Amino acid sequence: MSYLADVAALARKDLLLELRAKETLPSMVLFGVAMLVVFRFALPADAPERASGGLLWVAILFVALLGLTRAFVAEREQHVLDALVLAPSDRSAIWLGKAAATLAFLAAAEAVAVPAYVLFFGGVGWATLVAVALADIGLCAVGALLAAMAVSGRARELLLPLLFLPLAIPVLIGGVGSTVTDDPARYLAFLALYDGVFAILAWASFEYVVTE
Amino acid sequence: MVLVAGAALALLWAPEDADQGPSQRIFYFHVPIALTAYACFGWGAWKGLRLLWTGEERHDLESYTAVHLGTIFGTLTLVTGSIWARTSWGQWWSWGSRQLVLFLVLFLFYCAYFMLRYSLADGAGRARISAVYALFGVVLIPVSFLAIRLAEDIVHPVVFDQDGPQMSGSMFFTFCLCLVGMFLLAATLYANELTGKRLDARLRELREALT
Repeated sequence: MSYLADVAALARKDLLLELRAKETLPSMVLFGVAMLVVFRFALPADAPERASGGLLWVAILFVALLGLTRAFVAEREQHVLDALVLAPSDRSAIWLGKAAATLAFLAAAEAVAVPAYVLFFGGVGWATLVAVALADIGLCAVGALLAAMAVSGRARELLLPLLFLPLAIPVLIGGVGSTVTDDPARYLAFLALYDGVFAILAWASFEYVVTE
Repeated sequence: MVLVAGAALALLWAPEDADQGPSQRIFYFHVPIALTAYACFGWGAWKGLRLLWTGEERHDLESYTAVHLGTIFGTLTLVTGSIWARTSWGQWWSWGSRQLVLFLVLFLFYCAYFMLRYSLADGAGRARISAVYALFGVVLIPVSFLAIRLAEDIVHPVVFDQDGPQMSGSMFFTFCLCLVGMFLLAATLYANELTGKRLDARLRELREALT
């Protein structure tokens, strides 16, 4: 199927670029660990364990934001986006490729951040790991579209946190719920719902975001 | 149009006659304002969808005006809700009120709508991106509501009863009157603002044509 081939080609391009430049991923990893250290000092001594669980999710949210901020910058600066839009493929493949690449970066950053969290604050259960996977999908799906929107304007990527955070609040709630409550199934189901609804919406509407 | 606005205001004053405790009265404003805000956001998203379907430029201004009005009503919801919280529970803000928290999230979302719009250059691109964002907003409303309901278990114990007062016949009638009045007010403001913006755009076109 040539659609999937397009998506794979685009995602591969981003991953190769990152492999050579090594800019985004190390920043994300370091940022994640730095956030955890900051949280250690931000929490008072008698804070319950539930509080630190919530802070893990804040860290994930901001690491994702960092990765997404860089997502379309290269395309904008080198005017690659115009070329991609002119290419004879479905425009939504651009979105899917970008979301997949960002997902890979985010997963790699979390592969360091989550063990660091376990080291600093204590263990995480299976529910948290499933929630992280589901949340990543949602954040990258929505974030890739919002990054494309933000980069089209004058304020560029500075606009992205404003656009991203209100939409990320439900993901945060789902994630924190999975981590700190005794009944994570509801929250995991909610994350899956969020992913489904917004991924479909983003997939359908991306074309309108990049065409003039 | 002035008549419609006048009728709307007259309707809004009706509840002063119903015998309530004074603090209860804000309910008649707060909920209709909230419902009107939802309606405006929904209308804005619908117009956005029409824009994406048909590509007609006029839908952009209609969508923008609707979202603008929705944001104003949303802000009013937050303000009246805050007043209600103060009179009912003694605090200016209550995280326990789902409606208020939902509106706070929507407020953030739609303020970002304007920041997005101002950052983009005028044209078809801006119209399209605004339309997509408005659609995201209207999908966010139920998703956020669900999320906030789930969040109550982890963030804040629900101390206060969230259900509106049980309404007797006369109260219900007054409420409906207020609701209709609020919708009429919103429709009037919408038509006014839209006409004003269209005139602005036309004026700008004429100026550019002259130079």
